[in-house]
Amino acid sequence: MSRTAPFRLAQGGRLIDRAFQVPFRFDGRHLRGLQGDTLASALLANGQAMMGRSFKYHRPRGAVASGAEEPNALFGLGQGGRFEPNQRATTTSLLPGMVLRSQNCWPSLDADIGAINNWLSPMLPAGFYYKTFIHPRPFWKHVFEPIIRRSAGLGKAPTDADPDRYEQAYAFADLVVVGGGVAGLEAARDAAADGKQVIVLEQNPVWGGRTPVDHDGGEAVVEALLTDLRSRKNVTLRRNTMATGLYDHGYLIAREALADHDPNQGIPRQRLWRIRAGHVITATGALERPLSFACNDVPGVMLASAVRDFIVNYGVAPGKRIVVVTNNDDAYRTALIAQKAGLEVVAVVDARPTADGELPQAVRALNIPVKTGSAIYKVKGGRNVDGVALCKQAGDPHVTETLDCDVVAMSGGWSPVVHLWSHCGGKLNWDEAEAMFRPNPERPPLGADGQGNVTAVGAANGDLRAAGDLESREQPTMPVWVMPQNASYKQRSKMWLDYQNDVKVSDVELAAREGYASVEHTKRYTTLGMATDQGKVSNINGLAILSKSLNQPIPATGTTTFRPPYTPLTLATIAADARGDAFQPLRKTPMHTWHEKNGVSWEPVGHWRRAYCYPQAGEDRHAAVNREILAVRRGVGTLDASTLGKIVVKGPDAGKFLDMLYTNVMSSLPVGKCRYGLMCSENGFLMDDGVVVRLTEDSWLCHTTTGGAERIHGHMEDWLQCEWWDWKVYTANLTEQYAQIAVAGPKARDLIQKIGTDIDLSQEALPFMAWAEGTIAGVTARIFRISFSGELSYEIAVPANRGLEIWEKLHEAGREFGITPYGTEAMHVMRAEKGYIMIGDETDGTIIPQDLGLGWAISKKKADYLGKRAQSRSHMTDKSRWQLVGLESLDGRVIPDGALAIDQGTNANGQKKTQGRVTSSYYSPTLDRPIAMALVRHGPDRMGQELEFPMPSGEVLKARITDPVFYDKEGSRLNG
Amino acid sequence: MADALATITRVEGLGMIALRADLARAGDAIAEATGLALPAATSITTDGSRSLGWMSPDELLLILPGAELAEAQQALNQALTGEHALIADVSDARAVFDLVGAHAADALAKLAPVDFAALPADGLRRTRAAQTAAAIWRIDGGYRVIGFRSTGDYLATVLNNAALAGTTLAAR
Repeated sequence: MSRTAPFRLAQGGRLIDRAFQVPFRFDGRHLRGLQGDTLASALLANGQAMMGRSFKYHRPRGAVASGAEEPNALFGLGQGGRFEPNQRATTTSLLPGMVLRSQNCWPSLDADIGAINNWLSPMLPAGFYYKTFIHPRPFWKHVFEPIIRRSAGLGKAPTDADPDRYEQAYAFADLVVVGGGVAGLEAARDAAADGKQVIVLEQNPVWGGRTPVDHDGGEAVVEALLTDLRSRKNVTLRRNTMATGLYDHGYLIAREALADHDPNQGIPRQRLWRIRAGHVITATGALERPLSFACNDVPGVMLASAVRDFIVNYGVAPGKRIVVVTNNDDAYRTALIAQKAGLEVVAVVDARPTADGELPQAVRALNIPVKTGSAIYKVKGGRNVDGVALCKQAGDPHVTETLDCDVVAMSGGWSPVVHLWSHCGGKLNWDEAEAMFRPNPERPPLGADGQGNVTAVGAANGDLRAAGDLESREQPTMPVWVMPQNASYKQRSKMWLDYQNDVKVSDVELAAREGYASVEHTKRYTTLGMATDQGKVSNINGLAILSKSLNQPIPATGTTTFRPPYTPLTLATIAADARGDAFQPLRKTPMHTWHEKNGVSWEPVGHWRRAYCYPQAGEDRHAAVNREILAVRRGVGTLDASTLGKIVVKGPDAGKFLDMLYTNVMSSLPVGKCRYGLMCSENGFLMDDGVVVRLTEDSWLCHTTTGGAERIHGHMEDWLQCEWWDWKVYTANLTEQYAQIAVAGPKARDLIQKIGTDIDLSQEALPFMAWAEGTIAGVTARIFRISFSGELSYEIAVPANRGLEIWEKLHEAGREFGITPYGTEAMHVMRAEKGYIMIGDETDGTIIPQDLGLGWAISKKKADYLGKRAQSRSHMTDKSRWQLVGLESLDGRVIPDGALAIDQGTNANGQKKTQGRVTSSYYSPTLDRPIAMALVRHGPDRMGQELEFPMPSGEVLKARITDPVFYDKEGSRLNG
Repeated sequence: MADALATITRVEGLGMIALRADLARAGDAIAEATGLALPAATSITTDGSRSLGWMSPDELLLILPGAELAEAQQALNQALTGEHALIADVSDARAVFDLVGAHAADALAKLAPVDFAALPADGLRRTRAAQTAAAIWRIDGGYRVIGFRSTGDYLATVLNNAALAGTTLAAR
């Protein structure tokens, strides 16, 4: 069945294909458009001029524009996970089955309760919120804010996850031309002929910009340019690609719509291009400005260019009787095109005293009345334009006549699109003759060489007649910021500047009266230009009104800051592939899959996943941790320690280098031995710790914390490359080359011997803090006799690819010893039972080794090490620094980590003074009681004293200061 | 349905040796021991089986069949005796992928800020693939990507996502 929509013209429409009807739904109604339509053209074709309600006053609104600048025609589009608010009807291509919902109205677009705000509008001027909701003070938090939050925001947020894919890609070019109109295509052709690699970006699905609509023969000119460019290998033409922002060093971000609103294509919906451009040409055209006359927001009042776009591009009549109102010659094109399309052009209302250019003459020749020196007194109608009352532009305004019409095509002149030019520093000049800001060619954005790296061309450069031979001779534009010139307050309070945010001429005037002299302040006070269209049609008109109110020239007022994105960019495109399993790199150890198969409960440590514990049936994490600890202390357990940093340091000066990095002496460590070391920052603070191994005469292996591997390697290279560049030292981060397994517990030696090794594990051959190399179960391995649990313990390092095999062999052989895998929490508790400190628990970037009773690991003999000078400063040697102690909870409860011990008295803020804090706190299954470590003022001298820890509940927990070593103080268990 | 942009294969069994030395002094000895020409900055030399990549002004990466690793390590140790150098087996610390196919560069252009059209035939780029470190160079019909072992699964995920069928970067 084929039906013609009521406002579809019988002929014309260069972008539509009348053979293909496209069904869609609008607020539940079934409508039909044509292939090639935008949502806006399809709705207009169906006679739906009213497309939404304004944000603040809920006034009926229709499409004002035909492109990216449209402020009114925004819809909720799609369903479920594909629902998106604020989709611009003028730039969204119509696809079969689309579901559109109007926004900002309830219960429906036609019967909207919020429209009461329109009647209340005299009470809701600019700054209304700030003035009204300030008293009484408590009302803000409990009454006003919740209500405002509920009514804030345009459109509804989607509730389901977006099922579409998005991606990003990098590109490089000598030149990127933004804008595929005549000016852009010509610039691309010229650069391509010079042999440059050129990318041309066009935000629309079609090329040519305004030329095909505005000029007879324009389409042919564009086609010829495209044919030329397509034949060149060094040119890439990308349509549907909006350049969203330009950043330093020619970094241009653009969004390509690949399958927008069309999931059936099975490809990513959008692609974010990250382009390095040697040079950028902005050929972004210009935007037409509305005129500020009373009720210029009634559906049917449109930009003159939009009216002819709908006629020429889509074969759609925005109305049947058109009044054109203008301050320039260009808008006469609309009269010519509308008349040619068979529509009635009632009159052209021209604010200028005379209009004798080629275009006005052509209009007069068609017997269309041209009313010069005239203005619109007011638009009549509510949901549609019914007519206009006219008056003189100058002098005392009174109605001279009334015209019936259903469309007002307005033009207040044109503003070059200077967004990209301005994003990274291009400056603007005010052009008095054309009444517009245009790029100042003397002050373009600068590249790394100090030369301009952006050039504006065509209308974007203020050359409004860029189509060359196709252009007519035009007479000058006359600036008209208010129509009529001496409009009353009542008229000015119905002249909309920012349609989407409901900002009127009277609001900007009020802001100026109230002292908002800066355009940036006025913007925020009135919300002018702060909506999703970012003021594309309102900014210049608004700042002209502000200038007039402040009695200063427009350039003295200036513009607000142009910021990316040019049009809204969905967050999904910015995130692109970084979602789901590609959200973030997950680092996996060689035994990762084994942990997964054995019921691991993970803990994220940086990008690693480490086993926190392995709960068995019926166990919670706490029970699992307790079981794991007891199993290690009574038999044997294994910990995946592969994440620990392993940095090889080699060279004639390696010993000297390590002596500078660690607080103790590493150069004296014999080959075959291990030594625990502390690493401090230049400021003396403890930054990492670990066991250092002397591998050979000139090489050491430095173990770091898991989080320290990359950081400490960088720290080493920093010192070697920037400070001690003449020292002969090489480093290599071998963290991922090895799987490392801690085998701990009294049965550790028996277990390793059982799986077979040629390394002598006896106490004599391999004492505590020694290491040896050989094979284990046939795999080349190093064994380090080191212990973080206090038990007899061996850390086995094998090539990463063999790690899982050794781990599995240990578990198979370990059954008879009651082997258990243990996780990071069991490791933490066991080290705390032994009073071993943990970087990140006992340290927080403000702790020096001396605070932790680690003075034994600080060499007194060395002339220097990183941090030595800082540690001798008065604050660092202050005896009242908080020092490490153990805590014994007095009532058997675990004191929360981080709890503060209070002192006598209060500080300047009336808070209780403190004298210490808990740094580690656990239930110890070994001792069957809570244990804790804490930093306490004069702590080591106060053994046996009690401390009080008030809880947020008001309850006070008490603890006694003890030695931090709770278990096996003499260390006999280290030897099994 | 169209094909993926490239065939992605995880390469196992390669030996890799990281080599740090003063290349101006030790370059000849290294070239002789490895049997490969010393690569210029940002490039890689190969004899088809072994490759020697430039990683930094004082670091090279030798890539060779796993079976030749021990012998090569020994040869390097011998060649650099008396020289200040660091030779480390990093075979297990890496994840290696080959992308082969007409549109392999399109897939990589989604992950790495690299102008692949400008990458010389013997070029080697140390860069990133999405959020993980990578080095990339050309092989027959495509590219080889090496990353870290721990993020190998992530690298496989993002490579496959980038190579999804129908997603070439050609202008539409």
